[in-house]
Amino acid sequence: MKLTAQEQSMLDGRDGKARQKAMELLVRYGEALAAERFVATDNIAGVPGSSNSFLQKYYQQKGGGGYDAIFSFFDLDSDELVEVPKATAHTCHLQGGYDPDNWQILGATPESFKISQESEAFIAGRGVQILKTCTPYLAGNVPKKGDHCAWMESSAVVYCNSVLGARTNTEGRESTSAAMLTGVIPDWGFHRDENRLGSHLIEVDFEIESVMDWGMLGYFVGEAVQERIPVLSGRFGSADLIRHKHFGAAAASSGGVEMYHIAGVTPEAPSVEAAFGGRKPVEVIPYGLAEKRRTYDNLNSKATDTQVDYVMLGCPHYSLGQIRSAAAMLEGRRVSANCKLWIFTSRAVKAVADAQGLSKQLRDGGAVLLTDTCSSISQAVPPGTKVAALDSAKQTHYLPAIMNIQAWFGSTQDCINAAVTGRWNGVRP
Amino acid sequence: MSVHIVMLKGRKVVGGVAEGEALVTRQTISGWGGINPMLGTVTETRHELRGVSFKDKILVFPGAKGSSGWSAVFHMTRLSGTAPKAMLFNEMTTKVALGAVVMRVPSITDFDRDPLEVIETGDWVKVDADRGLVEVRKAALGTGS
Repeated sequence: MKLTAQEQSMLDGRDGKARQKAMELLVRYGEALAAERFVATDNIAGVPGSSNSFLQKYYQQKGGGGYDAIFSFFDLDSDELVEVPKATAHTCHLQGGYDPDNWQILGATPESFKISQESEAFIAGRGVQILKTCTPYLAGNVPKKGDHCAWMESSAVVYCNSVLGARTNTEGRESTSAAMLTGVIPDWGFHRDENRLGSHLIEVDFEIESVMDWGMLGYFVGEAVQERIPVLSGRFGSADLIRHKHFGAAAASSGGVEMYHIAGVTPEAPSVEAAFGGRKPVEVIPYGLAEKRRTYDNLNSKATDTQVDYVMLGCPHYSLGQIRSAAAMLEGRRVSANCKLWIFTSRAVKAVADAQGLSKQLRDGGAVLLTDTCSSISQAVPPGTKVAALDSAKQTHYLPAIMNIQAWFGSTQDCINAAVTGRWNGVRP
Repeated sequence: MSVHIVMLKGRKVVGGVAEGEALVTRQTISGWGGINPMLGTVTETRHELRGVSFKDKILVFPGAKGSSGWSAVFHMTRLSGTAPKAMLFNEMTTKVALGAVVMRVPSITDFDRDPLEVIETGDWVKVDADRGLVEVRKAALGTGS
């Protein structure tokens, strides 16, 4: 890799041991990618320093407990213990740990809650913004078109590239923690114009309207194109922030979609032709009612029992508007005694939901509004859960495998109905 | 019985040498939510390798998919001793590149022939990532190409 004088200086250790180790890791990473240089970034979203009891015990046994040790050995993949300085680039912490107000509901032990609090304090002391959400763009971190970012969280990455027109690869924990100290990331993939063009054309032959429709379309597209760049043509009048959020999260789970274009909707696709940069699509894939039904059946292939113990909403973290509509659907009704309803969001959004009385409204209906995490991330479902109901294709992809439970997929209304009746009665499209 | 040996050449991702038994899948692999790093097994619900362990195997696969936790989860396989011995894959992504780096296992991509066509589960594979060379000893005669 070709390094600038400043990058070389960091690599030589003139800016401290931690920055040296961070540069060493980034050079190994850049070489693995066959990148030729770095690009400067001032917008990092990662999970620096986050810890669990496995990592704590592992490094304690190796003779280096404490948060500097976890950051050195795990985040920077360093063989040497270094003292972690303040972040050089603007950095936010994504989801993880436990809701500080509801950690007991999430089943955290006092020990694991203490670890999450300590790692949070450690990283806050390094200047990292504690957003604690998979939707940083709903909590104040909204890069502008063309900004080079280094983000983790596949659903945030695909949103960043596709909807905002900013530029990031799907970074990992180690690369974001190293970028936080150096302000650089390999100039590869989505940082470069030529890699942002469409590959596959998805022809959608009916209007995609509901959030559930967008989620299923995303799930189908991810499976169809894997990690390529789909370009959607069709009628997408309903495309709003929430629909993009569910579409991208689903496409990034069933496949590895990091960027998509919707002709006439997303910022780098004024037209289908422009989205392909004049090239021909490698494949044209139709999406009609048959594909939609097949996707619905795929998503619902992991459930047989209609008795529902648990309804989880908020994957990716709910917006204020989604919380308001869930609260409206629950109004005058109550969550069944045989079921739990948990809704996940960010701390920032919850603060507003509290102020608006939405949190209380949900509480009065028997639901709980939680922050920082989700059932998949924290491996936390209500005790005894056998069957869950979800309105997120992404969560449906992950939760049954992670928790070894059944899961139904449907609309938010289907899910709220299940929470109230304790029965799944979702409607196949 | 003569031994059928096939050679492949590719580009080094992470250097080093290793040899072992191949574990081949035509399906991409998720890290976070797709494997159990403590056991070294694939857990994704509809994956053809569900329940199968990649510990100490030469993992041959199309590439990585899914969550950005890929590198961190495969990083944990190194700590818990369940990592594969080497990785051979087709599709370069940031997930698999960073994962290979922090797993510190010899890894190769950009092959002159598709490793998924040439290598089958059970073949004995020698990986020299520094030189980008893979030697495949076919487990059975007349299979593969």
